Amino acid sequence: MNDGLRRGTGTTESVTAIEARDLDVGYAGRAVVRGVNIELPPGGLLCLIGTNGSGKSTLLKTLAGLIEPVGGSLSIAGGPPGGQPARVGYLAQRPASSYTLPICAADVVAMGRFASLGLLRRVRHSDRVLCAESIERMGVTPFADRPLLELSGGQQQRTHLAQALARRADVLLLDEPTAGLDPNGRDTFAQAIRDERLRGCAIAMATHDLADAEDADVVILMAGRIVASGSPTDVLTDDNLRASFGFTGPH
Amino acid sequence: MTDFLFSPFIDNDFMTRALSAGVLVAMCCAIVGSFVVLRGLAFVADALAHGVLPGIATAVLLGWPVVIGAAAGTVVMMSGVSVITRRSRLSSDTAIGLFFAGMLALGVMITSRTRSFTGDLTRILFGELLGVRMNEVVWQSIALVFVAVVAWVCRRPFLLLCIQPELAATSGFRVRLFETLMLMVVAVAIISSFQSVGTLLVFGMLLAPASTAALVSRRLGAMMGLAAIIGSLATYVGLLLSYYAGLAAGASVVAVAVAIFLLTFAAVEIRAAITNRHGVGVPPASMQRHDHAHDHASDHGHDKDHGHDKDHGPDKDHGHDKDHVHDKDHGHDKDHGPDKDHGLPIEGVS
Repeated sequence: MNDGLRRGTGTTESVTAIEARDLDVGYAGRAVVRGVNIELPPGGLLCLIGTNGSGKSTLLKTLAGLIEPVGGSLSIAGGPPGGQPARVGYLAQRPASSYTLPICAADVVAMGRFASLGLLRRVRHSDRVLCAESIERMGVTPFADRPLLELSGGQQQRTHLAQALARRADVLLLDEPTAGLDPNGRDTFAQAIRDERLRGCAIAMATHDLADAEDADVVILMAGRIVASGSPTDVLTDDNLRASFGFTGPH
Repeated sequence: MTDFLFSPFIDNDFMTRALSAGVLVAMCCAIVGSFVVLRGLAFVADALAHGVLPGIATAVLLGWPVVIGAAAGTVVMMSGVSVITRRSRLSSDTAIGLFFAGMLALGVMITSRTRSFTGDLTRILFGELLGVRMNEVVWQSIALVFVAVVAWVCRRPFLLLCIQPELAATSGFRVRLFETLMLMVVAVAIISSFQSVGTLLVFGMLLAPASTAALVSRRLGAMMGLAAIIGSLATYVGLLLSYYAGLAAGASVVAVAVAIFLLTFAAVEIRAAITNRHGVGVPPASMQRHDHAHDHASDHGHDKDHGHDKDHGPDKDHGHDKDHVHDKDHGHDKDHGPDKDHGLPIEGVS
C-alpha cells in the first residue's frame, strides 16, 4: 500500500504525517469520493469542508483505518492506516458511547490511553498525568467525576476531545470536533489544537464551520468529489463555495 | 436464629455443595454477565444457553460427558450465527433467533428419544442444584479461573467494546478477535453453570445480578464485584427458601436474584425522584443514535438496536435501556448517516 508514496516527493516518510495519492474512499469497494491527494507535515492542520454526505467522514474513517481505501495509496505517520494506534488518534463524530454503565468523564478520558497501553502494560504515573492534563485543557475538571450520561452534549464532546488529547498522538483525526461546543468550548478547543500542532501533532478534521478552516495549512472542499484542495485562500473562493454549497460565504 | 440461617448448610452435605456451586456460578456469571449486560448480548447469551441443548441431549444419549456435548452445541450455534450474519443481509437478531429455535427444537427431539424424556429435559433446563457433585464443583472452579483470567487480560478491549466500541478498533485492538473471545467466556460460563442451575436459569444468573450492579456502579470492576455479591446472596437466600419451603432450588435462587434487581431498581427510581426533582436533563444530543464509525468495529452484530432508545426518559436511569451503541452496520452503508441530522449545514455562513 505504501509503494506509491516513497517515490516522487523527495521527502522521507517521517516528514509527512498524512500522505494520500489518488486515494479513492468509499464502502465495500464502491467509491464515494475519488482522487484525494493530501500531503500534510507534522504540526499541519487539514480541514475537510463540505455538506452532509459529502464524504468527509468517509475520508476520515479511511485515514483512521476503519475502512479500507477503495484505491490509491495512503500513509499515516509513515505507516499503513490503522497500523499505529498509539500514534494516530481518531474521534468519531459524536462518539457512540454506551450509557448502560454510568462511567464518569475522567474514566472516559482515561480510555484514550488504551491505545498506548495495549493489553497488559500497567498504567504509569505519566499516563495519569497526561489524562489529568487533557482534562484540564478541555475544561472537563468541573464535571470529571460525573457520569457521562448526566452531562450535556457539549460537556460530553469536551470529554471526548480530552480523550483524544490524552492519546498524545502524532496524528489526530477529528470528525466535527466543534459540533455541540459553545463559544467558550470552541475557544478552548482552538487553543488545544494550537498546542497540539506546536507539539508536532498533525490534525485532520472535518467541519461545517468555515471559520475553523482559516488557520488550516490545507483545506479540502468536498461534495461527493474533491471540489478544490489547497491553501484556505485558494480554496475558499466564491466559485468553489457555490459549487459545494450552492451559495457563497461572507466577505 | 443463626441456627435457622446456617444449620441447613452445616447439617447437609448436599446443601454445602449446592451453596459452593451456586456461589461459583454467581462469581462466574458476575464477570460474564457484566459484559453481557453492557455489550447488549442478552439475546445471544439466551440463544447460547439453548443452543447447548441438542449437544447435551446427544451426549446424554450416547453416555458422553455432557460438557463435551454442550461445547459442541455452542460452537455450532456461534459459528452458524456468525456465518449467516456475515453472508446474508439478515440481521444478527434474526440469525440468532433462527438458531435459538432450531437448536431448542433439535434438543427436544433428541431428548424425546431417551427413556425419561421429561426428567432429562427438566434437568437440563433447570439444573440440579441440590444434586451437584464434588467434581462438578471442581470443574466450575476451573471455569471461573479461566473466565476471570481472560476477563482480566482483555479488560481494556472488553471495556472499550462495552463503552465505546469504535475506540476499540482505533486503539489497535482486533475487534473481531475480542468479540469472539467475549462470546467464548459467555459460552464457558453457560456451559460450566448449566449443570447446577440449568440452561434456562443460567440466563437469569447472567443478567439479574449484573444488571442490578449496573444500576449503581460506575466502574466495570465494581460492577462485577457487586454482581458477585448479589449473586452469592441470591444463592444463599434462594437455597434457604428452597430448603424450608420445599421449592425447586435453582428456580428459587434465580427468582431471588431477579427480586433483588426489582428492589434495587425501585430504590434507585425512588431516590432519583426525591433527590433529582429538576431532573438529570433531557438526554443529550449525542445519545441519539447515529454513528457509523464502527462499521467494522461491530460487524459481528450481536447487538440489539430496536430503536427504543429514543424514549430514554430523563429519570429513567441507565442500565435497563436498550443499548444504542452496538447497532449493527453491515459496512456497506453510505456515510450519510452521521451528517444527516445536523440542522445547519454551514455555520458562519450567512
